[in-house]
Amino acid sequence: MQKVIVDPVTRIEGHLKIEVEVDGGKVISAKSSGTLFRGIELILQGHDPRDAQELVQRICGVCPLGHATASAFALDDAFGIEPPDNGRILRNLILGSNYIQSDILHFYHLAALDYVKGPDTILPLAPRYEGDYRLPDDVNAAAVEHYLLALEMRKKAHEMLALFGGRAPTPRSIVPGGVTEVVDTEKILNFKYRLAELIDFIDNIYLPDVLAVADVYKDWFDIGRGCKNLLSYGTFPQKEGRFIKEGTYIDGKDGPFDPEQITEDVKHSWYKDNIDKSPKEAVVSPEHGKADAYSWLKSPRYNGKVLEVGPLARMWVDKDTKIRALGEKAFSVMGRHAARAFEIQKVAHAMNDWVMELKPGEPTCTPHELPKNAEGVGTVDAVRGALGHWIKIEAGRVSKYNCVVPTTWNAGPRDDKGQPGPIEQALVGTPVNDVNNPIELVRIVRSFDPCIGCAVHVITPNRNVGAFRVY
Amino acid sequence: MKKLSRRGFLKLCAGSAAAVSLSQALLPELAKAAPASGKPAVIWMQGAGCTGCSVSLLNSDQPEIKEILTEIIDLKFHPNVSAAAGDLAMKVIDDTRDAGGFYLVVEGAVPTKDGGIYCTVGERDGKEVVFQDRVKELAKKAAAIIAIGTCASYGGVAAAKPNPTGSKSVEAVLKEAGIKTPVVNIPGCPIHPDWFVGTLAHILLFDEIPEVDKIGRPKIFYGKCVHDNCPRRQYFDSSDFAKNFSDPGCLLEIGCKGPLAHCDSFDRLWNSGVNWCIKSGAPCLGCTEKDFPDCATPFYERMPGVNLPGVTARADAVGGVLGVAVAAGIGAHLVGSIAKGRTGKKDEGGDE
Repeated sequence: MQKVIVDPVTRIEGHLKIEVEVDGGKVISAKSSGTLFRGIELILQGHDPRDAQELVQRICGVCPLGHATASAFALDDAFGIEPPDNGRILRNLILGSNYIQSDILHFYHLAALDYVKGPDTILPLAPRYEGDYRLPDDVNAAAVEHYLLALEMRKKAHEMLALFGGRAPTPRSIVPGGVTEVVDTEKILNFKYRLAELIDFIDNIYLPDVLAVADVYKDWFDIGRGCKNLLSYGTFPQKEGRFIKEGTYIDGKDGPFDPEQITEDVKHSWYKDNIDKSPKEAVVSPEHGKADAYSWLKSPRYNGKVLEVGPLARMWVDKDTKIRALGEKAFSVMGRHAARAFEIQKVAHAMNDWVMELKPGEPTCTPHELPKNAEGVGTVDAVRGALGHWIKIEAGRVSKYNCVVPTTWNAGPRDDKGQPGPIEQALVGTPVNDVNNPIELVRIVRSFDPCIGCAVHVITPNRNVGAFRVY
Repeated sequence: MKKLSRRGFLKLCAGSAAAVSLSQALLPELAKAAPASGKPAVIWMQGAGCTGCSVSLLNSDQPEIKEILTEIIDLKFHPNVSAAAGDLAMKVIDDTRDAGGFYLVVEGAVPTKDGGIYCTVGERDGKEVVFQDRVKELAKKAAAIIAIGTCASYGGVAAAKPNPTGSKSVEAVLKEAGIKTPVVNIPGCPIHPDWFVGTLAHILLFDEIPEVDKIGRPKIFYGKCVHDNCPRRQYFDSSDFAKNFSDPGCLLEIGCKGPLAHCDSFDRLWNSGVNWCIKSGAPCLGCTEKDFPDCATPFYERMPGVNLPGVTARADAVGGVLGVAVAAGIGAHLVGSIAKGRTGKKDEGGDE
């Protein structure tokens, strides 16, 4: 038996370590560890609730949009307000722009180098793991060109985001009640102009590239199955319901989504054990070096089950015909890449309709009053998956704030019952051809598009935060 | 061809995105300045941060980030883009360190509590490599260090009260360790790509750190007060204040920190010039300042200490914690001192 450690795992957001045991050429056990802790939720305690809107965006600079949106939903809920139509649509367009930016970045700049042999003249593409890079020369050459073109395209998506978001990556205009930016015809045209170019790129380059890679690496539709249980909170609120529907898929059955079923375990995380498992109440304190613990990530569970989140979960739960047609093969490394590409095509085309529903000159934001005491919950599928924010307000200040984020679901450690997390499960059983070049492991991990900055951000108690501390 | 003068450089940096983008103008100059020994090596490390500054740098305007990567610098390691992972990545960093003479970019604050175990960046001989140790080890051998973003520059969000991980700025950690490699701070939450590209360009072209203010920021980019240059300034002067989000008017009453903030976003704009914070109706957060976010919260309440219209608000009269310069006159002072060749030294005496 051999131990293989990949630390740091690069081309993801944040600090991740993967440790596996290989026996007979296959992974027999796996551990996924988040290696950065900051304590953002603790920092939020005692703040004006609206500060959360900005501070949570600093959890992650790759998807600050997801956090801005979830936080806005939680504050809307706590304040008892709803954005006007313009505000709702602008939030969707801003979030959608980041979906496009993030998916392009993920495929070309984070994941593709595991399949495409790049010219080593373009640093930092070298050195890297040796492996079975098997794209035909012409496809490979096109993919390398597209790596560079994609840098330009994701930048355009951020320009589109900034048109209504103020700036990118960290937007400024999303606030409780709606959006601070106003709508005029010029902004709509500027947005549409860029969106048209991006739709062209998605339809004619990104999606075909994903399909070309998937065609050559067909065996990767059978690798990295994971837990095969899925969760989606749904995303992009419409007048009625959400554009992509919420729900679960557990033990082969479709089911509804009930937020009360979410709990968080910490037995294998570097936090003291005695915590309330409900995300509404969860407060933990760090204890690095705790026996059996190996990660700064917690282990969220749904009715005690291990669930995968992200584009695959969303498309499957939303009953997307192309993804459902893949059957068992959807639960795989290539299934995840395909789901991401199918989804972004769907979203980008829908945005083209949403932007025309905007009404220039009409309000974009509903005014609010700060409540003395209130609770709120905001759930949304950020690009990487199900993201929930829970806020408790006492005496007009934040007494508790908790975020349960996509990568905690996917990259979290074993739970109290010893069940491994989705990435850990996806790694087990994988053949590793050469333990000195474990490219198989990073292919699996990157298919989940992990974001560790998001995943480690918990509250610590045992600290005096004045009159607002409530345990 | 004649090498770009410092004065010419300054003029370029002052140009707004609408006219000509900074990196576009600098690219040919940088290509000329490249040493015969090849492109300068850069190691990029991330600590207690969010990757937002790296993502923002990707938005560098035409020509794109790809030119920076392929023609200007030899990026040996970056956690988000490097093809290498694990041992292979560790080796690239170690080899570059041993060769010396590289530039170190640090993104994110440095956790120091409990031996810094809150952030580790790889493994060596079966032991975790703690970020603060890695930074010191690399800093000793680096030619210069660029602290990118408010976290690396001053501690930022990671060091916000109650600072759970004892996070500190790069400068503070190196000072305690007695490491004297020069550090330049490029704050911003996140940074504007031009602030980084322009600073890097100055270092490469003139082999020195550009003139900085009292908190280590290049004056070229952080020399002006947002409030004094705000496109909504006329509303302030005529007491026309926004009461709710998305209202027209001065944003002071809904929390704008423009009077204490220093940057040039009002000229430079963001994302290829399409927008910036205040233009989109969002009150300035003061994200380039030393004690951000603590000095700027509550974000959406009026800041204390700003004199109402009729009396000119002075940046040095508010938020005493900031220790920043008065904006007025900096531009002229900067051009003057640069022409006299006084660059590269920390300005101990304050600004006139």
